[in-house]
Amino acid sequence: MMSTFEKNKPLVIAVASGKGGTGKTTVAVNLARTIRFAHIFDCDVEEPNVHLFLKPKITARQRVEVKVPKIDMHRCNLCRACADFCTYNALAVMPREVLVFPEICHSCGGCMLVCPQDAIREVGYEIGALEKGSIGTIGFTHGILHTGKPVGIPIIKKVKEQVGTSGIAIIDAPPGTSCAMVESVEGSDFCILVTEPTPFGLNDLKLAVEALCLLKIPFGVVINRSGVGNDDVRTYCAQEEIPVVMELPDDIRIARAYARGETILDALPEYRPLFTGLYDRIKELCRPGGKL
Amino acid sequence: MLIAISATESSVRANVDGRFGRCKHFMIFDTETSIFTPLENKAQFASGGAGIQAAQAIQNSGATVVLTGNVGPNAFTTLTAADIEIYVGASGTLQEAIRNFQAGTYKKAMGATVESKHGPA
Repeated sequence: MMSTFEKNKPLVIAVASGKGGTGKTTVAVNLARTIRFAHIFDCDVEEPNVHLFLKPKITARQRVEVKVPKIDMHRCNLCRACADFCTYNALAVMPREVLVFPEICHSCGGCMLVCPQDAIREVGYEIGALEKGSIGTIGFTHGILHTGKPVGIPIIKKVKEQVGTSGIAIIDAPPGTSCAMVESVEGSDFCILVTEPTPFGLNDLKLAVEALCLLKIPFGVVINRSGVGNDDVRTYCAQEEIPVVMELPDDIRIARAYARGETILDALPEYRPLFTGLYDRIKELCRPGGKL
Repeated sequence: MLIAISATESSVRANVDGRFGRCKHFMIFDTETSIFTPLENKAQFASGGAGIQAAQAIQNSGATVVLTGNVGPNAFTTLTAADIEIYVGASGTLQEAIRNFQAGTYKKAMGATVESKHGPA
């Protein structure tokens, strides 16, 4: 598989899960705090929450725009080529004008290509923002999709463009196995799949495993709230030879710290060795000739 | 005048479909001749923008009035740009809907009556 300790190449660790609410952000944030010189990228642009725990100082903000068509009605002859082409129905040719529905547009540029009158050009349409900052030695970047805007992928792409050429990047992915998750984890050197030992956790873990196999990304499983539910996740991982890289016990104090917006490392320092062990395990698995 | 009614099936015995963009059929009623012409709503299967696509089909049909249950924001914008009047709150059979419309029972929509992706009324 991929060798990761090349020069001028960052080690990119993604944190994903099939099921939502299993503890992706908890793992990502505490891993970043453990590594200390990491840069954390919150790609869950619909609901970014890393900042709630790390409380970074934001030093830069930029708008994220996508391209949408703008019709020059002096050139347009209402021929409908654009609307007929658009599979998303983002254009409507009406008796006096062409309506553009930017929130439906997927920015493919096709309408511009098929317009025989050369009446379409692209203009920017703001769908969200990118914010950068830091907390001590930890770098921070997250994307924010504006409320009501349906597609966050362009923002995830922008967030990932910020991944540097060296150092350690931790990517907090959105839940599920949709396009947004794939976009977030793609190109990572290793993916941590966070799950809980319940039937729901196992079902969605299997979906995430399938996605990562297709993407050819090495991965390991973190079992969060270990002690609840049953042993099926552990049995599944053993059968499939998937490394369980950490088990975080079901501890009410962790939930309390989470609810207060605190990291585990701050609230419950006795858990630090667990996260140090997680990082060591990932390095071991990523090393050329490592197990994966 | 041609009136487009969102309908549950391609039949004069159909009921009004409360949805505009994702109804199965439109039944176009000609007030001069009292004849219904069916128009399949191809937008019902659209992944998005169903209301916009359906509105363009209505415009092409020559109808100037829409009778339906509810209308979403994009359908409202598109129909309005084509000077098509939208009357909402229709239900029951097509005949009842036409009678009620002619009696002035339904109110003209001055904006969307439901959100995007509203689904079944």
